Amino acid sequence: MTTYAVRDSTTMLRRQLRHLSRNLSTILMLLAVPIIFLLMFVYVLGGTLGDGLSGGGRRAYVNYVTPGILLITIASAIQGTTISVAMDMTGGIIARFRTMAVARASVLTGHVLGSVLQTLMQLIVVLGVAVLVGFRPDATAAEWLATAGLLLAATFALVWLAVAMGLATKTVEAASNLPTPLLLLPLFGSGFVPPESLPAGLRQFAEYQPFTPIMETLRGLLLGTPIGASAAVAFGWCGAIALTGYVWAKWLYNRDRTR
Amino acid sequence: MAISVTGLRRSYGDQLVLDGIDLEVPEGTVFSLLGPNGAGKTTMVQILSTLIGADAGEVRVGGHDVAAEPDRVRAAIGVTGQFSAVDDLLTGAENLRLMADLNHLPRVEGRRRVAELLERFGLDEAAGKVAVLYSGGMRRRLDLAMSLIGDPRVIFLDEPTTGLDPRSRRDMWQIVRDLAGRGVTIFLTTQYLEEADQLADRIALLDHGRLVAEGSPAELKRLVPGGHVELRFADEQALAAAAAVLGVAPDEESLVLKVPGDGHVRTLKALLDRLDAEAVEVDGLSVHTPDLDDVFLAVTA
Repeated sequence: MTTYAVRDSTTMLRRQLRHLSRNLSTILMLLAVPIIFLLMFVYVLGGTLGDGLSGGGRRAYVNYVTPGILLITIASAIQGTTISVAMDMTGGIIARFRTMAVARASVLTGHVLGSVLQTLMQLIVVLGVAVLVGFRPDATAAEWLATAGLLLAATFALVWLAVAMGLATKTVEAASNLPTPLLLLPLFGSGFVPPESLPAGLRQFAEYQPFTPIMETLRGLLLGTPIGASAAVAFGWCGAIALTGYVWAKWLYNRDRTR
Repeated sequence: MAISVTGLRRSYGDQLVLDGIDLEVPEGTVFSLLGPNGAGKTTMVQILSTLIGADAGEVRVGGHDVAAEPDRVRAAIGVTGQFSAVDDLLTGAENLRLMADLNHLPRVEGRRRVAELLERFGLDEAAGKVAVLYSGGMRRRLDLAMSLIGDPRVIFLDEPTTGLDPRSRRDMWQIVRDLAGRGVTIFLTTQYLEEADQLADRIALLDHGRLVAEGSPAELKRLVPGGHVELRFADEQALAAAAAVLGVAPDEESLVLKVPGDGHVRTLKALLDRLDAEAVEVDGLSVHTPDLDDVFLAVTA
């Protein structure tokens, strides 16, 4: 049925996009998380944190925190992916798809493409809010393009991970909780304060966890801070997470769920 | 044969759910698999519809082996499960359009089929409402309509009326009869004996993973004794006279005489003729054939 793989995937993507249009309240909730983080960190803590960072106050802190907020945006958006995959798997519709001559992978492809589009739209909204509260990037066109590429890669990787998480859970409630730790990962990295300011154990974690090189690269591209090896490590992490998520999801999806 | 199964076995862990099933369903007939909860009916449908594999045995549906050519089988079947497999977030029309697309129908043809099915299943008015707002009966009808988009030759209905109110159940029965009238082969599981009796050409009784009886509804009913004609009389004299003529022990309290017999018109007429010849007045008469409940209790006891 490979001949229909593209057509079936497009059909499934259309289904996901319709779901999104019926689920606007969920999307708004997922979108509220990074925006609340942004406003809280900028207006409540930003003045002091900014002074501590560079003496630049709130204005400097908006710039510092935005890359971390963008990753929180992705981590929040993929909770929707996990929930919608789990809803599909626990409902009867997936059994129907499996008894039809439909390209098997198209269900997952539809989820992945739909979620990537949804997350990218949320990233644009959050970036807009950041600019409104004072985010002033100095990126060139090429740097913006690279930023978009890295955000896309990170989104793609985390969406596959979210799909696998949705397949791994037995209930929708469990599915909604599973990706939550990802939301906190930017906090235990270079998202909100420089890792050098953290105590020893936490600092090592912050330096070696996947979100830090991604945030460092985004910061470099958008604000001109040094990037160094971060870019290669960032893309490496995205590739590794995407592959893990993909293999895990495929395995979960193809196993006989009744055994 | 639309469906043929030989030596089918399937277990979950160390629990044997299907234990050597053999059955054949000729094309264009309605076959009903009847059994209590947990008998293995759903597992049977899941295997026949390529959802899960068998541990042993050969299963062919629509002329294709389910293990070797699952996609050929899938292209030939429609499945409506026990729990509605509709997309709650899509409208009725969108659900059907999704199925048309997944059946790879050309756009125009797909639209035509969707409109036709919405009308045939009485869903045109609700076509624009999301399925989560549908009543139980409407969901089940939508579910079945979705199975029919690809014009399947074999349809599996897994407990299609479980949980429906009597009216929706009758609607569903009529839909099944219409389908059968179009020459579609129907494999129906149910725990309602009346449903199997109403719809099926042949019935198999499944109990603890084995087929314990198989035949037409009439054949199955013949398996159990208990068919009788009940004669009621106005008074004890008439009762006694009839008992003497027919050689049956009377039930004096209720003024009723139970005469063993199959209730065929000819034997019934002969019976009444004998009473008439002796001028015995019969007040009322009813024929009792064993129903499938009797059969089921008899063979699974």
